[in-house]
Amino acid sequence: MKREAPQSIADYGPLFFPAGMLLVFFVVPFGTMIAVSFFQRQQGGFYTPAFVLSNYERFLTVFFGGVLGFSLMLAVTVAVCCVVLALPFTYLLSKLPRRLQVIWLVALLSVLSLSEVIIGFAWSTLFSRTAGITNILVQLGLMKQAVALSPSFGAVLTGMVYQALPYTVLVLYPALVRLDPTLMEAARTLGSSPVRAFFNVLVPALRNTIMATLIMVFIFALGSYLLPQILGRPQHWTLSVLITDQAIYQSNMPFAAAMAVFLVLVTLGLVALTLLIGRKGEKA
Amino acid sequence: MITWLRRFYFFAIGLFLALPLIVVAGVSVNAKQTLAFPPQGFSLGWYGEIFLNPEWRSALFASVLLATTSAALAVLIALPLSWFLWRRIAPWANVFQVLGIAPFTLPPVITALGLLTFWATTGFYGQPWTAVIGHAIFFVTLPLVTLSLGFSAIDRSFVEAAATMGANDRTIFRTVILPLILPYLVSGYAFAFVLSLNEYIVAYMTVGFTLETLPIKIFNALRYGYTPTMASVTILFVATAAVIFSLVAKFGDLPKLLGAMATDDK
Repeated sequence: MKREAPQSIADYGPLFFPAGMLLVFFVVPFGTMIAVSFFQRQQGGFYTPAFVLSNYERFLTVFFGGVLGFSLMLAVTVAVCCVVLALPFTYLLSKLPRRLQVIWLVALLSVLSLSEVIIGFAWSTLFSRTAGITNILVQLGLMKQAVALSPSFGAVLTGMVYQALPYTVLVLYPALVRLDPTLMEAARTLGSSPVRAFFNVLVPALRNTIMATLIMVFIFALGSYLLPQILGRPQHWTLSVLITDQAIYQSNMPFAAAMAVFLVLVTLGLVALTLLIGRKGEKA
Repeated sequence: MITWLRRFYFFAIGLFLALPLIVVAGVSVNAKQTLAFPPQGFSLGWYGEIFLNPEWRSALFASVLLATTSAALAVLIALPLSWFLWRRIAPWANVFQVLGIAPFTLPPVITALGLLTFWATTGFYGQPWTAVIGHAIFFVTLPLVTLSLGFSAIDRSFVEAAATMGANDRTIFRTVILPLILPYLVSGYAFAFVLSLNEYIVAYMTVGFTLETLPIKIFNALRYGYTPTMASVTILFVATAAVIFSLVAKFGDLPKLLGAMATDDK
């Protein structure tokens, strides 16, 4: 049985259910959301079909500009922290014996699958005055008195790096496993120290991978919707938090939808950029 | 010196990943209703509370039911699609592969809001079954990626041999393809199951006011009253994820599975 083009309608049979599900429950909702973003908001949480741009006009306010700027800055910071931490770690991981690699991978997947609610709860406990890390420091005699470390920007950043780090490692992992080992061997033979070889040979060789990973982690961090809320103050809220807040608590669906459409456009632009970098990498 | 540095780095990353969980584990064994660390006294009562307290128990049931059914639905969507793409030459059908991967690539809040507007428009907003569909669509990426990988690993000559001996498509699927694809099917289900168990935003936006899953319950407890049960549920979740992924690693090839997942993600 060779791979062949479908001959009759019956050959398309297996496609009907998956295609139908994806069209009805992903494409149509997506379209509904875009439509709602142009609707007119009524007092009391309802909205009526219309074609107004007022929801998009709100983007031009100082408040929105501030939130957008903060979201982008936070996501960039998280992406850079994660890649800086994960790159040497993933490289060392790929050199471990297979059995140890699998143990680390299971641990990383377990942390990655954790709900944002749980990560938020765990870190808010760790940063709290009563049960937090400062208690340990007090017992060790390094601090006089336990203090609360959250809500603060540092707490938001730590929580988000925690959430995105396993993801970063798993994105980098395949590229580092497939990396030609002779590269590093050559560098070592020519007298370079392992640390020097890492920075002078490995990092330049992985330039494209690193760039693509930065963008993917950036998108991942943009999606964080709870950690800024649990670990931060209102000025640390990001676009994702604001969308949730407008949709659920302010009942302003059209504005939430407009922000979501905007977020999609930013994300798609970045995905396109990743694909472009990937293509360039193949040519090189 | 280098070996020492390497060990230290592994230790530091491991500690960073484990530290919040260690503290939460400590909190979960407090004797009294307090979130103290180090724990005051020792009691496993908060683990019993998950099953004995009617509110936590019903949240647990809701979560497990949602994860079991939505992961099954995700596999039901992914299996025929990936089989069709492997069996037939139909380049335009790749659109559906992209559609299957999109919800997982976009920020989760987008899928959640899309489904919220959709269910509100169609008048089904708040029905518990809408969450099953929402999670199935949100997590269909995972079985889709593992199954595509599984199909690409099948030697087509097996299928040709079966066809030469007179087996039709249906028989070939049941006797040749299904047994070969099963490990990938199970791991795809496992990934979707664990993530659905932990998912908050899609469930909250679609059925948040009618159905309380465990993540929603924990979030509500965060706002309205801390209890060590939150800590014991967290540990239960981490343990469940670790057990399931260990099983996937034991019966499948985890490094290979992850190597392919990341390339397909791009």
